[in-house]
Amino acid sequence: MSKPERTSTHFSMNESLLFEEGSPGRCAFDLPQLDVPRKEMSELMDPELLRSEIPGMPELSEVDVIRHFTRLSSWNYHIDLGLYPLGSCTMKYNPKINERMARLEGFALAHPYLPGEMIQGALEVQKTLENCLAQISGMDAVTLQPAAGAHGELTGILMVRAYHQSRGNPRKKILIPDSAHGTNPASAAIAGYVVESVPSNNRGTIDSGELRKLVNDDVAAIMITNPNTLGIFESEIAGIAESVHAHGALVYMDGANLNAMMGITRPGDFGIDVLHINLHKTFTTPHGGGGPGSGPVAVKKVLEPFLPYPVIQSNANGSYSFNYDRPHSIGKVKAYNGQFGMHVRALCYILANGAEGLKEVSEVAVLNANYIRSKLKDAYALAYDSPSLHEVVFSDRLQARKDVHVWDIAKRLMDYGFHPPTVSFPLIVPGAIMIEPTETESKQELDAFIEAMLAIEKEAEQNPELVKSAPHTTRVGRIDEAAAARKPVLRWRAGG
Amino acid sequence: MRYIPNSQADRQRMLAEIGVDSMEQLFSGIPEKLRLRRFLDLPRALSEPELLEYFRKRASKNEIDPALFIGAGIYRHYIPIIIDALISRSEFYTAYTPYQAEIAQGTLQAIFEFQTYIAQLTGMDVANASLYDGSTGLAEAVLMGQRITRKHKFLVARTVHPEYLAVVDTYVKNLGIQVEFIDYTADGRLDLEQLERKLDTNTAAVVVQSPNFFGTIERTHVIAEIAHKRAALSITNICEAISLGILKPAGEDHSEARTADIIVGEVQSFGVPPSFGGPHVGFLATRDKYVRQMPGRLVGMGKDFSGRRGFVLTLSTREQHIRREKATSNICTNQSLCALMATIYLATVGPKGLREICEHNVLKTEYAVTQIRQRTKHRVLFAAPRFNEFVVQPADSRQFPGLPLSRFYPELGNARLLCVTEINSREQIDAMVRSLAS
Amino acid sequence: MSPDDLLYTKEHEWLRIAGDGGTVGITDHAQKELGDIVYVELPKAGTKFDSGETFGSVESVKAVSELYIPVSAEIIEVNDDLGSAPEKINEDPYGAGWMIRIRLLNKNETADLMSAEEYDEYTSEEKE
Repeated sequence: MSKPERTSTHFSMNESLLFEEGSPGRCAFDLPQLDVPRKEMSELMDPELLRSEIPGMPELSEVDVIRHFTRLSSWNYHIDLGLYPLGSCTMKYNPKINERMARLEGFALAHPYLPGEMIQGALEVQKTLENCLAQISGMDAVTLQPAAGAHGELTGILMVRAYHQSRGNPRKKILIPDSAHGTNPASAAIAGYVVESVPSNNRGTIDSGELRKLVNDDVAAIMITNPNTLGIFESEIAGIAESVHAHGALVYMDGANLNAMMGITRPGDFGIDVLHINLHKTFTTPHGGGGPGSGPVAVKKVLEPFLPYPVIQSNANGSYSFNYDRPHSIGKVKAYNGQFGMHVRALCYILANGAEGLKEVSEVAVLNANYIRSKLKDAYALAYDSPSLHEVVFSDRLQARKDVHVWDIAKRLMDYGFHPPTVSFPLIVPGAIMIEPTETESKQELDAFIEAMLAIEKEAEQNPELVKSAPHTTRVGRIDEAAAARKPVLRWRAGG
Repeated sequence: MRYIPNSQADRQRMLAEIGVDSMEQLFSGIPEKLRLRRFLDLPRALSEPELLEYFRKRASKNEIDPALFIGAGIYRHYIPIIIDALISRSEFYTAYTPYQAEIAQGTLQAIFEFQTYIAQLTGMDVANASLYDGSTGLAEAVLMGQRITRKHKFLVARTVHPEYLAVVDTYVKNLGIQVEFIDYTADGRLDLEQLERKLDTNTAAVVVQSPNFFGTIERTHVIAEIAHKRAALSITNICEAISLGILKPAGEDHSEARTADIIVGEVQSFGVPPSFGGPHVGFLATRDKYVRQMPGRLVGMGKDFSGRRGFVLTLSTREQHIRREKATSNICTNQSLCALMATIYLATVGPKGLREICEHNVLKTEYAVTQIRQRTKHRVLFAAPRFNEFVVQPADSRQFPGLPLSRFYPELGNARLLCVTEINSREQIDAMVRSLAS
Repeated sequence: MSPDDLLYTKEHEWLRIAGDGGTVGITDHAQKELGDIVYVELPKAGTKFDSGETFGSVESVKAVSELYIPVSAEIIEVNDDLGSAPEKINEDPYGAGWMIRIRLLNKNETADLMSAEEYDEYTSEEKE
């Protein structure tokens, strides 16, 4: 007897690919009747230009489509389900009103190429957001054009380059601490710079002695993250900025961790010349399963001439306009002016909070991280003893003695119903476990997570195999990533 | 604050358990002289009803009439209701990048389906998980072309979207890449003779867009053949992805020499609203042999250790988090949710629906062009076949719909770029023609 | 214990000498550190390298390592089997997992390489 094609589990546990589901003649779409004369396409253009059919594209009904994607969705972990403690990712609750406001027809259907008087609402939203971000970061001017954090980095470094170029020499190097995110060196490279790594000291911060040795007139900028990827504030930042400035170089800040400092301290007040801000982290625009993000860049006056064009201008009569006449601009980094839908959401969040609300956000984010730290520091090895702000980094050093590693702990957390923290980053901490709870978690949720982490610690001691073979309760187990990478299958094809 | 669950009492308990007296102590790592000892100067906090009022008022100040006939890279097409119903599920829109495959299979499978759709539509072997948008996608394609060929000269059609060209310029100008432009001829297409003349063995790639910025359809297969004869790559950019429902894609031909090596572009037309310029969604498709030179994420199909099918981010050693300054791109994110919108759109319209939509676009555009020619004294430029956009040279200084082209093509004077899609009724077109006729 | 008929580099390549020629791969220690190898990038036959130059790279799922040539050499042959079966490097690093055959351009340079004993001592120190 041959085995049945499907197991007895419901489709919701075993949903096929769209391409395996179609059936000729099914249809989920219809158009209004054509109200202009019909002609054959071949009358209007050379048949050489026309395609025959689209091989493999499925025909589906509306119900098929709804069921398919609803089932897929049920396999995702998401912030509305529970704590999502990914360090340096700031997975916080995304207020529902943000979504509703971005979908208002006047925003969703607005076109940036219409004359200024037809887009005043959109321009006002963008200008207001720029002003708010400038105030929060302590900077002078903001561009909303970059599409994501890494894109903001590139934009910022290109501005650094343009600044040095305008003074006769673009310089050669960008200094980057070894704890930095991988996008930092990659962005610097695309801007045409050589990257030099700055070591961290035993407190987990930049070794300012080493840094001073590395800064010279070839250095265009240092790219720092503050608080850094260990969740530690670079307490010597003002002095570092001063010594960098003394060599005519600039200080770039990766604003990924702004959630730790709103209303507490401002990059513009501790010597930063340019920073990018991740709206999808601090300002609650949703991560969407990996984008769209949004990475505005804020600068001090000296860099303002180099902002991407167009810039939004507030006119004396109270109107707004795009100004394209920017002779020193680095150019455009993206068509039009950024991920506007994300700008609406971020502004909605800022206006919902106000100054006091945002300060409270940062305070509670830091409180929640320190609460986790205090409860887990005996069970897991703290990477550094310095005070934590919005996130705390442990290592798997204690568990590794039983050959239980950070990936095992991460996978086991899934069996307890939690999304794992960021693992194996920052690179300077072997077996890093990086936890950022954010302010939108209750004490109960944190306690449940802490209990799960403590239970896993016991399991690692008493029954390491259980942890090493996790997860045991997810729809699929660990994927054989090596096999997937050796013979990559990147699309469906008929007949497999 | 309504988005923060912990009450003051909760917070006090937690402080006590941490062993500190006050919130202030948690910030002891920040030097006192750097602390902000005032509140930020921001607008006062608004309640939910006030927020609704605030944004509704601003939204109403934008003009969104479809009869403005404006396209130029951002298109108004009908967006089926089910797209928003599905992407509004928290499971999709509040999930993070699917690094933990076991609990992100929904996102991963959907991206794999996106990759498949794009490969099918373009006639290519493989497509990535999406890029920020078409303009940055084109810049990435150029950088990829440089990596593959190790050559630095690119011949680029002037009829590529001018803002895309501006973005390419920003990306490449510090990397020793040289861009030379190829003009268009009187029929509104790339000048093939000039292309042949400028091509040499130092040319990395030829970059063309079809339908191009004027809406005319380029002979992409002929252009690919010309490029390949001189060992240059052929890169095709697409701004109006709907056209793939009817036009033969640059990736498909009986002869491989006549197909593109990289097809890149924007799929906003697949169910993503204009949204004042973003978020939209870029894509990049290529041949299997170039897959390791691709920028951006890729989802692969694999198996778990008990043999069940599953999906996972793969070939990530190309990317910044591993290769750092030697990565193929600095891109970290994709436009996952917008790629999902495009995937749902394609599932909904299906091959027949997509073809019909294309026919409506072509026929309505043809109708508008014919009416303007017959009933007004304004001149429709460029004789080559077109998809859903066309250029009109106004005969007088009256108010005119569409996009003024002088900012991008000064030589075209007061010419306007107009766009007609399936959402425009005959009534709207007739009204526009009447306003131009009187 | 590493095979004692080979010479070793600090970057964990091995070299087997036979007359003017040699074979190069990565050590068992290196393949273990990398984990499951999924891809190898190797040069074309005929390419020449100075001692210590990068001649390719080897990738696991989450890491990339550059490969350094132990001595100045011309590439004579590349192990094409690794293209479809990179796991051979994990399974048999000193045998079927070899990477390149070379012609040595300066035999004196082998004096700078480590013996098996020295290499084992070096890797045990590196661990600490």
